[in-house]
Amino acid sequence: MLNYFFHSQLSLGIAECVVAGLLAFTVMFLARHRAPGLLRELPLAEFRGLVQIVAVGTVLAFMLRGPQWTSLFVLAAMMLAAASIVRKRARLIPRAFQLALISICVGAGAVLIIMIFFGVIPLKITMLVPVGSMVIANTMNTQSLFLDRLRGEVTSHIGEIESALALGATSEAAVLPYLRAAFRACLIPSMDNIRSLGIVWIPGIMAGMILSGASPLFAALYQFVVLTTIFSSAALTCYVSSHLVTRRIFTPQDQLLLRA
Amino acid sequence: MLTCSQLGRTLLPPESRVLLADINFTIERGEVLAVVGPSGSGKSTLLRLLNRLDESTDGKVLLNGVDTRTLAPHELRHRVGMVMQRAYLFPGTVAENIAFGPQQCNQTLSPEEVGCHLAQVGLPGYASRNALTLSGGEAQRTAIARALANQPEVLLLDEPTAALDETARRGIETLLESLIRQRHLTCVWVTHSIEQARTMADKVLAIESGRVSAFGSAAEVLGA
Repeated sequence: MLNYFFHSQLSLGIAECVVAGLLAFTVMFLARHRAPGLLRELPLAEFRGLVQIVAVGTVLAFMLRGPQWTSLFVLAAMMLAAASIVRKRARLIPRAFQLALISICVGAGAVLIIMIFFGVIPLKITMLVPVGSMVIANTMNTQSLFLDRLRGEVTSHIGEIESALALGATSEAAVLPYLRAAFRACLIPSMDNIRSLGIVWIPGIMAGMILSGASPLFAALYQFVVLTTIFSSAALTCYVSSHLVTRRIFTPQDQLLLRA
Repeated sequence: MLTCSQLGRTLLPPESRVLLADINFTIERGEVLAVVGPSGSGKSTLLRLLNRLDESTDGKVLLNGVDTRTLAPHELRHRVGMVMQRAYLFPGTVAENIAFGPQQCNQTLSPEEVGCHLAQVGLPGYASRNALTLSGGEAQRTAIARALANQPEVLLLDEPTAALDETARRGIETLLESLIRQRHLTCVWVTHSIEQARTMADKVLAIESGRVSAFGSAAEVLGA
Protein backbone atom coordinates (compact mmCIF):
# COMPACT_ATOMS: atom_id res chain seq x y z
CA MET A 1 0.00 0.00 0.00
CA LEU A 2 2.83 2.36 0.85
CA ASN A 3 4.22 1.93 -2.71
CA TYR A 4 1.06 3.59 -3.94
CA PHE A 5 1.80 6.83 -2.04
CA PHE A 6 5.60 6.86 -2.02
CA HIS A 7 7.53 6.38 -5.22
CA SER A 8 11.17 7.11 -4.39
CA GLN A 9 13.19 4.48 -2.43
CA LEU A 10 14.08 7.00 0.31
CA SER A 11 10.54 8.27 0.96
CA LEU A 12 9.22 4.69 0.89
CA GLY A 13 11.90 3.64 3.40
CA ILE A 14 11.01 6.52 5.75
CA ALA A 15 7.31 5.68 5.52
CA GLU A 16 8.06 2.02 6.33
CA CYS A 17 10.09 3.13 9.36
CA VAL A 18 7.18 5.26 10.60
CA VAL A 19 4.73 2.34 10.24
CA ALA A 20 7.09 -0.11 12.02
CA GLY A 21 7.82 2.42 14.80
CA LEU A 22 4.14 3.18 15.34
CA LEU A 23 3.31 -0.51 15.45
CA ALA A 24 5.88 -1.10 18.22
CA PHE A 25 4.56 1.94 20.12
CA THR A 26 0.96 0.75 19.79
CA VAL A 27 1.84 -2.68 21.14
CA MET A 28 3.67 -1.17 24.11
CA PHE A 29 0.75 1.24 24.66
CA LEU A 30 -1.62 -1.74 24.88
CA ALA A 31 0.78 -3.38 27.35
CA ARG A 32 1.49 -0.14 29.26
CA HIS A 33 0.16 -1.47 32.57
CA ARG A 34 2.68 -4.29 32.48
CA ALA A 35 5.75 -2.10 31.94
CA PRO A 36 4.96 1.65 32.01
CA GLY A 37 8.68 2.54 32.02
CA LEU A 38 9.25 0.79 28.70
CA LEU A 39 6.51 2.81 26.99
CA ARG A 40 8.35 6.00 27.93
CA GLU A 41 11.69 4.52 26.83
CA LEU A 42 10.46 3.24 23.48
CA PRO A 43 10.14 6.47 21.38
CA LEU A 44 13.65 7.56 22.36
CA ALA A 45 15.03 4.06 21.77
CA GLU A 46 13.38 3.94 18.34
CA PHE A 47 14.61 7.39 17.37
CA ARG A 48 18.09 6.59 18.62
CA GLY A 49 18.20 3.24 16.81
CA LEU A 50 17.01 4.84 13.56
CA VAL A 51 19.55 7.67 13.69
CA GLN A 52 22.32 5.21 14.53
CA ILE A 53 21.52 2.73 11.77
CA VAL A 54 21.21 5.53 9.19
CA ALA A 55 24.54 6.93 10.38
CA VAL A 56 26.17 3.51 10.09
CA GLY A 57 24.71 3.07 6.60
CA THR A 58 26.22 6.42 5.61
CA VAL A 59 29.59 5.55 7.17
CA LEU A 60 29.57 2.14 5.46
CA ALA A 61 28.87 3.74 2.10
CA PHE A 62 31.84 6.05 2.72
CA MET A 63 34.12 3.25 3.99
CA LEU A 64 33.48 0.98 1.04
CA ARG A 65 35.72 3.33 -0.88
CA GLY A 66 38.53 3.18 1.73
CA PRO A 67 40.98 0.47 3.01
CA GLN A 68 39.62 -2.73 4.59
CA TRP A 69 41.26 -2.25 8.01
CA THR A 70 39.03 0.72 8.78
CA SER A 71 36.29 -1.82 9.59
CA LEU A 72 38.21 -2.68 12.79
CA PHE A 73 37.58 0.85 14.07
CA VAL A 74 33.88 0.47 13.38
CA LEU A 75 33.80 -2.81 15.35
CA ALA A 76 35.79 -1.23 18.21
CA ALA A 77 33.29 1.65 18.34
CA MET A 78 30.44 -0.85 18.37
CA MET A 79 32.01 -2.68 21.31
CA LEU A 80 32.34 0.59 23.25
CA ALA A 81 28.71 1.48 22.54
CA ALA A 82 27.57 -2.05 23.49
CA ALA A 83 29.46 -1.87 26.80
CA SER A 84 27.86 1.50 27.52
CA ILE A 85 24.38 0.05 26.92
CA VAL A 86 25.10 -2.97 29.14
CA ARG A 87 26.28 -0.61 31.90
CA LYS A 88 22.89 1.10 31.93
CA ARG A 89 21.11 -2.23 32.39
CA ALA A 90 23.53 -3.29 35.12
CA ARG A 91 23.64 0.00 37.01
CA LEU A 92 23.75 -1.61 40.45
CA ILE A 93 26.87 -3.60 39.66
CA PRO A 94 29.98 -1.56 40.48
CA ARG A 95 32.28 -0.77 37.54
CA ALA A 96 29.82 -2.39 35.13
CA PHE A 97 31.16 -0.53 32.05
CA GLN A 98 34.66 -1.91 32.54
CA LEU A 99 33.22 -5.37 33.19
CA ALA A 100 31.06 -5.23 30.05
CA LEU A 101 33.83 -3.85 27.84
CA ILE A 102 36.38 -6.48 28.86
CA SER A 103 33.82 -9.29 28.47
CA ILE A 104 32.62 -8.10 25.05
CA CYS A 105 36.17 -7.48 23.77
CA VAL A 106 37.26 -10.96 24.87
CA GLY A 107 34.02 -12.76 23.91
CA ALA A 108 33.19 -11.12 20.59
CA GLY A 109 36.82 -10.25 19.76
CA ALA A 110 38.21 -13.76 20.25
CA VAL A 111 35.42 -15.45 18.30
CA LEU A 112 35.66 -12.95 15.41
CA ILE A 113 39.46 -13.35 15.24
CA ILE A 114 39.15 -17.16 15.15
CA MET A 115 36.51 -17.02 12.42
CA ILE A 116 38.57 -14.53 10.40
CA PHE A 117 41.68 -16.71 10.88
CA PHE A 118 39.89 -19.73 9.42
CA GLY A 119 38.50 -17.57 6.62
CA VAL A 120 34.91 -18.21 7.68
CA ILE A 121 34.32 -14.48 7.90
CA PRO A 122 36.18 -12.75 5.03
CA LEU A 123 38.20 -9.69 5.97
CA LYS A 124 36.00 -7.45 3.83
CA ILE A 125 34.10 -4.44 5.10
CA THR A 126 30.91 -5.68 3.47
CA MET A 127 31.08 -8.94 5.47
CA LEU A 128 33.04 -8.06 8.58
CA VAL A 129 30.98 -5.06 9.67
CA PRO A 130 27.49 -6.61 9.29
CA VAL A 131 28.47 -10.03 10.73
CA GLY A 132 30.65 -8.42 13.41
CA SER A 133 27.80 -6.11 14.39
CA MET A 134 25.43 -9.07 14.73
CA VAL A 135 27.93 -10.86 16.95
CA ILE A 136 28.54 -7.77 19.11
CA ALA A 137 24.83 -6.94 19.37
CA ASN A 138 24.03 -10.45 20.52
CA THR A 139 26.85 -10.47 23.09
CA MET A 140 25.46 -7.17 24.35
CA ASN A 141 21.93 -8.55 24.70
CA THR A 142 23.10 -11.77 26.29
CA GLN A 143 25.34 -9.96 28.73
CA SER A 144 22.56 -7.53 29.71
CA LEU A 145 20.31 -10.53 30.34
CA PHE A 146 23.04 -12.27 32.33
CA LEU A 147 23.81 -9.30 34.58
CA ASP A 148 20.15 -8.42 35.07
CA ARG A 149 19.25 -12.00 35.96
CA LEU A 150 22.27 -12.27 38.26
CA ARG A 151 21.26 -9.08 40.06
CA GLY A 152 17.76 -10.49 40.54
CA GLU A 153 19.04 -13.87 41.73
CA VAL A 154 21.49 -12.32 44.19
CA THR A 155 19.14 -9.72 45.65
CA SER A 156 16.42 -12.32 46.18
CA HIS A 157 18.83 -14.78 47.83
CA ILE A 158 20.81 -12.48 50.13
CA GLY A 159 20.00 -14.67 53.15
CA GLU A 160 21.21 -17.86 51.47
CA ILE A 161 24.39 -16.18 50.17
CA GLU A 162 25.25 -14.69 53.56
CA SER A 163 24.45 -18.03 55.25
CA ALA A 164 26.96 -19.69 52.94
CA LEU A 165 29.54 -16.97 53.69
CA ALA A 166 28.87 -17.35 57.43
CA LEU A 167 29.62 -21.08 57.09
CA GLY A 168 33.07 -20.32 55.67
CA ALA A 169 32.30 -20.34 51.94
CA THR A 170 34.28 -18.02 49.69
CA SER A 171 32.29 -15.46 47.71
CA GLU A 172 32.81 -17.55 44.54
CA ALA A 173 31.30 -20.63 46.22
CA ALA A 174 28.46 -18.66 47.83
CA VAL A 175 27.32 -17.06 44.56
CA LEU A 176 27.92 -20.09 42.30
CA PRO A 177 24.31 -21.42 42.23
CA TYR A 178 23.05 -17.96 41.20
CA LEU A 179 25.79 -17.48 38.59
CA ARG A 180 24.79 -20.83 37.11
CA ALA A 181 21.10 -19.88 37.02
CA ALA A 182 21.87 -16.54 35.35
CA PHE A 183 24.30 -18.10 32.87
CA ARG A 184 21.80 -20.74 31.83
CA ALA A 185 18.92 -18.27 31.55
CA CYS A 186 20.81 -15.75 29.41
CA LEU A 187 21.83 -18.37 26.84
CA ILE A 188 18.35 -19.81 26.39
CA PRO A 189 17.35 -17.32 23.60
CA SER A 190 20.55 -17.98 21.60
CA MET A 191 20.18 -21.73 22.10
CA ASP A 192 16.54 -21.58 20.99
CA ASN A 193 17.57 -19.59 17.91
CA ILE A 194 19.86 -22.42 16.84
CA ARG A 195 17.30 -25.06 17.76
CA SER A 196 14.49 -23.40 15.80
CA LEU A 197 16.64 -22.50 12.78
CA GLY A 198 14.78 -23.19 9.56
CA ILE A 199 11.66 -24.44 11.33
CA VAL A 200 10.45 -21.31 13.12
CA TRP A 201 12.49 -18.68 11.33
CA ILE A 202 14.70 -18.08 8.32
CA PRO A 203 17.08 -15.35 9.45
CA GLY A 204 18.01 -12.25 7.46
CA ILE A 205 21.46 -13.30 6.25
CA MET A 206 20.12 -16.41 4.54
CA ALA A 207 17.23 -14.51 2.99
CA GLY A 208 19.63 -11.77 1.82
CA MET A 209 22.09 -14.25 0.34
CA ILE A 210 19.35 -16.08 -1.58
CA LEU A 211 17.97 -12.75 -2.83
CA SER A 212 21.44 -11.77 -4.06
CA GLY A 213 21.79 -15.00 -6.02
CA ALA A 214 23.74 -17.37 -3.70
CA SER A 215 22.90 -21.06 -3.64
CA PRO A 216 20.18 -21.69 -1.01
CA LEU A 217 22.20 -24.62 0.38
CA PHE A 218 25.33 -22.50 0.86
CA ALA A 219 23.17 -19.71 2.32
CA ALA A 220 21.67 -22.20 4.78
CA LEU A 221 25.09 -23.51 5.86
CA TYR A 222 26.42 -19.98 6.25
CA GLN A 223 23.42 -18.98 8.31
CA PHE A 224 24.18 -21.87 10.68
CA VAL A 225 27.79 -20.67 10.87
CA VAL A 226 26.68 -17.15 11.76
CA LEU A 227 24.24 -18.30 14.44
CA THR A 228 26.70 -20.65 16.11
CA THR A 229 29.35 -17.91 15.96
CA ILE A 230 26.88 -15.61 17.69
CA PHE A 231 26.18 -18.28 20.30
CA SER A 232 29.90 -18.90 20.93
CA SER A 233 30.65 -15.21 21.37
CA ALA A 234 27.64 -14.68 23.64
CA ALA A 235 28.58 -17.68 25.78
CA LEU A 236 32.25 -16.66 25.97
CA THR A 237 31.29 -13.07 26.87
CA CYS A 238 29.05 -14.27 29.71
CA TYR A 239 31.68 -16.76 30.84
CA VAL A 240 34.26 -13.98 31.13
CA SER A 241 31.65 -11.76 32.76
CA SER A 242 30.79 -14.46 35.29
CA HIS A 243 34.42 -14.56 36.39
CA LEU A 244 34.79 -10.79 36.62
CA VAL A 245 31.47 -10.03 38.29
CA THR A 246 32.11 -11.80 41.61
CA ARG A 247 34.87 -9.35 42.56
CA ARG A 248 32.50 -6.50 41.83
CA ILE A 249 29.57 -7.65 43.94
CA PHE A 250 31.69 -8.75 46.92
CA THR A 251 34.42 -6.92 48.80
CA PRO A 252 37.87 -8.54 49.03
CA GLN A 253 36.76 -9.66 52.52
CA ASP A 254 33.91 -11.69 50.97
CA GLN A 255 31.19 -9.26 52.07
CA LEU A 256 28.16 -8.91 49.82
CA LEU A 257 27.86 -5.43 48.25
CA LEU A 258 24.89 -5.94 45.94
CA ARG A 259 21.78 -5.43 48.06
CA ALA A 260 19.00 -3.76 46.08
CA MET B 1 38.09 -15.59 74.41
CA LEU B 2 36.32 -12.92 72.36
CA THR B 3 37.09 -9.24 72.85
CA CYS B 4 35.62 -6.15 71.24
CA SER B 5 37.62 -2.99 71.57
CA GLN B 6 36.18 0.40 70.61
CA LEU B 7 34.25 -1.42 67.88
CA GLY B 8 32.10 0.72 65.59
CA ARG B 9 30.62 1.00 62.15
CA THR B 10 29.67 4.19 60.34
CA LEU B 11 28.13 4.13 56.89
CA LEU B 12 30.07 5.81 54.12
CA PRO B 13 28.94 9.21 52.77
CA PRO B 14 26.40 10.33 51.66
CA GLU B 15 24.57 8.43 54.45
CA SER B 16 27.36 8.84 57.04
CA ARG B 17 25.13 7.28 59.70
CA VAL B 18 26.66 5.81 62.85
CA LEU B 19 25.28 2.27 63.21
CA LEU B 20 27.42 1.23 66.13
CA ALA B 21 30.04 3.05 68.20
CA ASP B 22 32.45 2.37 71.00
CA ILE B 23 31.50 -1.24 71.78
CA ASN B 24 33.75 -2.83 74.40
CA PHE B 25 33.40 -6.23 76.01
CA THR B 26 35.25 -9.45 76.69
CA ILE B 27 33.73 -12.90 77.07
CA GLU B 28 35.69 -15.91 78.20
CA ARG B 29 35.56 -19.36 76.67
CA GLY B 30 32.24 -21.03 77.47
CA GLU B 31 30.47 -17.82 78.45
CA VAL B 32 27.19 -16.67 76.96
CA LEU B 33 26.72 -12.99 76.21
CA ALA B 34 23.16 -11.84 75.58
CA VAL B 35 22.82 -8.69 73.49
CA VAL B 36 19.56 -6.89 74.19
CA GLY B 37 18.04 -3.66 73.00
CA PRO B 38 15.20 -2.22 70.92
CA SER B 39 14.77 -2.94 67.20
CA GLY B 40 17.25 -1.01 65.07
CA SER B 41 19.61 -0.43 67.98
CA GLY B 42 22.50 -2.23 66.25
CA LYS B 43 22.35 -5.73 67.78
CA SER B 44 22.49 -7.60 64.48
CA THR B 45 25.10 -5.17 63.13
CA LEU B 46 27.30 -6.12 66.09
CA LEU B 47 27.04 -9.83 65.23
CA ARG B 48 27.85 -9.11 61.58
CA LEU B 49 30.98 -7.25 62.64
CA LEU B 50 32.06 -10.19 64.80
CA ASN B 51 32.24 -12.57 61.81
CA ARG B 52 33.01 -9.81 59.28
CA LEU B 53 29.86 -10.14 57.21
CA ASP B 54 30.15 -6.35 57.51
CA GLU B 55 33.34 -4.39 57.96
CA SER B 56 33.97 -2.32 61.08
CA THR B 57 35.10 1.26 60.56
CA ASP B 58 36.49 1.67 64.09
CA GLY B 59 38.09 -0.53 66.70
CA LYS B 60 38.83 -4.22 66.48
CA VAL B 61 37.68 -7.70 67.40
CA LEU B 62 40.12 -10.12 69.01
CA LEU B 63 39.58 -13.88 68.86
CA ASN B 64 41.85 -15.54 71.44
CA GLY B 65 43.98 -12.39 71.34
CA VAL B 66 44.31 -12.34 67.52
CA ASP B 67 42.89 -9.41 65.53
CA THR B 68 40.21 -10.97 63.30
CA ARG B 69 41.23 -8.68 60.43
CA THR B 70 44.47 -10.67 60.17
CA LEU B 71 42.52 -13.88 59.53
CA ALA B 72 41.19 -14.88 56.12
CA PRO B 73 37.41 -14.20 56.17
CA HIS B 74 36.49 -17.82 55.42
CA GLU B 75 38.79 -19.06 58.20
CA LEU B 76 37.29 -16.58 60.68
CA ARG B 77 33.73 -17.60 59.74
CA HIS B 78 34.63 -21.23 60.09
CA ARG B 79 35.73 -20.52 63.65
CA VAL B 80 32.91 -18.09 64.46
CA GLY B 81 29.63 -19.76 63.44
CA MET B 82 26.34 -17.98 63.01
CA VAL B 83 22.66 -18.89 63.17
CA MET B 84 20.38 -16.29 61.64
CA GLN B 85 16.74 -15.40 62.35
CA ARG B 86 15.62 -17.50 59.41
CA ALA B 87 17.27 -20.82 58.56
CA TYR B 88 18.04 -20.07 54.88
CA LEU B 89 18.67 -23.71 54.04
CA PHE B 90 20.19 -24.54 50.66
CA PRO B 91 18.30 -26.62 48.08
CA GLY B 92 19.15 -30.30 48.52
CA THR B 93 18.99 -32.77 51.36
CA VAL B 94 19.40 -32.03 55.05
CA ALA B 95 22.67 -34.04 54.95
CA GLU B 96 24.02 -31.80 52.16
CA ASN B 97 23.22 -28.75 54.27
CA ILE B 98 25.02 -30.19 57.29
CA ALA B 99 28.06 -31.11 55.19
CA PHE B 100 28.27 -27.66 53.52
CA GLY B 101 30.54 -25.93 56.07
CA PRO B 102 33.14 -28.69 56.43
CA GLN B 103 33.15 -29.06 52.61
CA GLN B 104 34.35 -25.46 52.30
CA CYS B 105 37.63 -26.49 53.92
CA ASN B 106 37.80 -29.77 52.01
CA GLN B 107 36.51 -31.96 54.83
CA THR B 108 33.97 -34.65 54.12
CA LEU B 109 31.51 -35.68 56.79
CA SER B 110 30.68 -39.38 56.93
CA PRO B 111 26.99 -40.36 57.03
CA GLU B 112 27.55 -41.34 60.69
CA GLU B 113 28.92 -37.87 61.52
CA VAL B 114 25.96 -36.23 59.76
CA GLY B 115 23.61 -38.54 61.70
CA CYS B 116 25.36 -37.58 64.94
CA HIS B 117 24.95 -33.83 64.24
CA LEU B 118 21.28 -34.35 63.43
CA ALA B 119 20.67 -36.46 66.53
CA GLN B 120 22.14 -33.65 68.65
CA VAL B 121 19.49 -31.25 67.40
CA GLY B 122 16.67 -33.76 67.74
CA LEU B 123 16.34 -34.66 64.06
CA PRO B 124 17.53 -38.28 63.85
CA GLY B 125 16.74 -39.90 60.50
CA TYR B 126 16.31 -36.57 58.70
CA ALA B 127 19.52 -36.83 56.61
CA SER B 128 17.85 -37.69 53.30
CA ARG B 129 14.89 -35.32 53.72
CA ASN B 130 14.52 -32.39 51.30
CA ALA B 131 15.72 -29.37 53.28
CA LEU B 132 13.19 -27.04 51.66
CA THR B 133 10.19 -29.05 52.87
CA LEU B 134 11.00 -28.82 56.60
CA SER B 135 8.82 -26.93 59.07
CA GLY B 136 10.15 -23.67 60.57
CA GLY B 137 11.32 -25.36 63.77
CA GLU B 138 12.94 -28.29 61.92
CA ALA B 139 14.65 -25.90 59.50
CA GLN B 140 16.09 -23.86 62.38
CA ARG B 141 17.32 -27.05 64.10
CA THR B 142 19.02 -27.99 60.82
CA ALA B 143 20.57 -24.52 60.62
CA ILE B 144 21.93 -24.96 64.17
CA ALA B 145 23.37 -28.39 63.31
CA ARG B 146 24.83 -26.92 60.09
CA ALA B 147 26.59 -24.17 62.04
CA LEU B 148 27.85 -26.62 64.69
CA ALA B 149 29.19 -29.03 62.04
CA ASN B 150 32.08 -26.57 61.58
CA GLN B 151 32.99 -27.09 65.28
CA PRO B 152 33.08 -23.29 65.84
CA GLU B 153 34.90 -21.73 68.79
CA VAL B 154 32.21 -19.03 69.04
CA LEU B 155 28.56 -19.26 68.05
CA LEU B 156 26.63 -16.12 67.08
CA LEU B 157 22.86 -16.40 67.45
CA ASP B 158 20.84 -13.67 65.76
CA GLU B 159 17.38 -14.01 67.34
CA PRO B 160 17.17 -17.65 66.25
CA THR B 161 13.65 -18.05 67.65
CA ALA B 162 12.16 -14.76 66.41
CA ALA B 163 10.57 -16.23 63.27
CA LEU B 164 9.09 -19.29 65.01
CA ASP B 165 5.76 -20.03 66.65
CA GLU B 166 5.54 -20.48 70.41
CA THR B 167 5.98 -24.29 70.44
CA ALA B 168 8.93 -24.27 68.04
CA ARG B 169 10.46 -21.33 69.95
CA ARG B 170 10.37 -23.22 73.25
CA GLY B 171 11.85 -26.30 71.54
CA ILE B 172 14.76 -24.35 70.02
CA GLU B 173 15.43 -22.53 73.30
CA THR B 174 15.62 -25.82 75.19
CA LEU B 175 17.85 -27.29 72.49
CA LEU B 176 20.24 -24.34 72.49
CA GLU B 177 20.35 -24.31 76.28
CA SER B 178 21.39 -27.98 76.40
CA LEU B 179 23.86 -27.64 73.50
CA ILE B 180 25.52 -24.61 75.08
CA ARG B 181 25.87 -26.38 78.43
CA GLN B 182 26.96 -29.75 76.99
CA ARG B 183 29.48 -28.34 74.54
CA HIS B 184 30.60 -25.45 76.71
CA LEU B 185 29.98 -23.10 73.77
CA THR B 186 31.04 -19.46 73.73
CA CYS B 187 27.98 -17.60 72.49
CA VAL B 188 26.85 -14.13 71.57
CA TRP B 189 23.05 -14.32 71.57
CA VAL B 190 21.00 -11.43 70.24
CA THR B 191 17.55 -11.55 71.76
CA HIS B 192 14.48 -9.45 72.34
CA SER B 193 13.44 -11.57 75.27
CA ILE B 194 14.64 -10.38 78.66
CA GLU B 195 13.56 -13.74 80.07
CA GLN B 196 15.70 -15.59 77.52
CA ALA B 197 18.66 -13.36 78.38
CA ARG B 198 18.17 -13.88 82.11
CA THR B 199 17.97 -17.68 81.73
CA MET B 200 20.76 -18.20 79.25
CA ALA B 201 23.35 -15.47 79.67
CA ASP B 202 26.39 -15.09 81.90
CA LYS B 203 26.77 -11.49 80.73
CA VAL B 204 24.40 -9.03 79.17
CA LEU B 205 25.21 -6.17 76.80
CA ALA B 206 22.40 -3.65 76.40
CA ILE B 207 22.57 -1.46 73.29
CA GLU B 208 20.57 1.66 72.49
CA SER B 209 20.99 3.70 69.31
CA GLY B 210 24.23 1.92 68.50
CA ARG B 211 25.88 2.55 71.88
CA VAL B 212 26.31 0.44 74.99
CA SER B 213 23.81 1.44 77.65
CA ALA B 214 24.80 -1.29 80.12
CA PHE B 215 27.20 -4.21 80.38
CA GLY B 216 27.65 -6.66 83.19
CA SER B 217 26.32 -9.87 84.64
CA ALA B 218 22.70 -10.77 83.88
CA ALA B 219 21.74 -9.88 87.46
CA GLU B 220 23.50 -6.48 87.29
CA VAL B 221 21.98 -5.42 83.95
CA LEU B 222 18.54 -7.00 84.12
CA GLY B 223 18.01 -7.06 87.87
CA ALA B 224 17.03 -10.10 89.87
